[in-house]
Amino acid sequence: MSGVDPPEQAPLRVSILAQGAYLIASIHTALDDEHFERFQHDLIDQIGQRRARGVIIDVAALDVLDSFGSRILRDLGQVARLRGAETVVVGIQPEVAFAMVKFGINLDPMYTALDLEEGLGLLDQLGSSGAELPSRH
Amino acid sequence: MTPKESDEAQETDEAQDEHDRLLPELVAHLRDNREHLREQWTGRITGARLLSAMTPDEIFSEATSIYDNYVEVLETGSTDALQHYARDLSERIIPRGVETEDVLNIVLLLRDVLARSLFEKYHEDFDLLNHVLDAYEPAANRIANMVAVSFVQERERVIRDQQEAIRELSTPVLQVRERLLILPIIGILDAARARQLTEQLLKAIRAHRAKVVVIDITGVPDVDEGVANSLVQTVDASKLMGASVIITGLSSEIAETLVTIGVDLSKMDTVGDLQEGIEEAERLLGYQAVRIDDVRR
Repeated sequence: MSGVDPPEQAPLRVSILAQGAYLIASIHTALDDEHFERFQHDLIDQIGQRRARGVIIDVAALDVLDSFGSRILRDLGQVARLRGAETVVVGIQPEVAFAMVKFGINLDPMYTALDLEEGLGLLDQLGSSGAELPSRH
Repeated sequence: MTPKESDEAQETDEAQDEHDRLLPELVAHLRDNREHLREQWTGRITGARLLSAMTPDEIFSEATSIYDNYVEVLETGSTDALQHYARDLSERIIPRGVETEDVLNIVLLLRDVLARSLFEKYHEDFDLLNHVLDAYEPAANRIANMVAVSFVQERERVIRDQQEAIRELSTPVLQVRERLLILPIIGILDAARARQLTEQLLKAIRAHRAKVVVIDITGVPDVDEGVANSLVQTVDASKLMGASVIITGLSSEIAETLVTIGVDLSKMDTVGDLQEGIEEAERLLGYQAVRIDDVRR
């Protein structure tokens, strides 16, 4: 343990915005363990405070998503779900998607969507109809 | 310069002198007998049933050009013009199905016809004949070699261009409705093509904001484990970008093969043919195709 907290003024790696009943988290650069813990903590806090029904994680800025990153996202999804919110990962770039399948990395069982707009649409769909959902993977 | 080197240089100089003296004579002889030798040559070409795809007139006019170019190369030693002509000729005759063998035989025939005529002219002086042939043979062989190589190079270029064209043409990504893409795959899928196809599809998904993709593999003759796995990867990658994929056109043989080799296709959404695929896609997108008559009723 370094025993030193990351300074508050450190460049913002994740921003969490509220949009109605949804939270939108944009990841700006690759996260390490420490940042991830802080991010997860903040997100869970906010889900509780704002009574969010859905979370969108935007990874459009990431040019790589390795097995560590995808495990982080899966864990986040599970924690959010325990708090009553569905999570959708949006903005995976073509090159990133191609590299992920090449290395056998997946995001099962999370929802994915093309971009923010699609992600919001998907959350609306998930919230309104329990029966007919687009296939999840 | 070492003594040995200067000796060699002198020898080559002497040979060069002899060469320089004899070549003009040789060229003059070939010029004087142009009509006769050309006729003999075209006669042997048709006699050997070469160039059967071309008319006698065409053969005659090409033969004239080759003959003149040939003599020019012997005279000037510069192969530029002949090389240019050979490339041009290859371009013209390759589409007509002329084989490498034909081209090589024709040039060798010309070499033989000319050599015979030299024999005839110099047969009384054996030494001189020897020198003439010394001057003639390397040049003639160089020409034969060059013409054949240009022909083969031209052929290879045509093949490369065609391969490129096939690759480009055979993987169109088409938008048929808003957010619905169709990817008809025709021809053999190898690893390189499967990779290119996936990359192209992923870019198209983003560009068209596609939600559903129908991949039709009716035109793929054979699906092995590698191809099946690359299809699975394409489906997974598309899903990561939020698009669902429907595979259509799996023939019964291919389906059996896939089951036999044990490829896991449980995650794939497959339907019988392209029509059903499009209908399924429209259902996913919330469209419904209805005949106008039925709406009016």
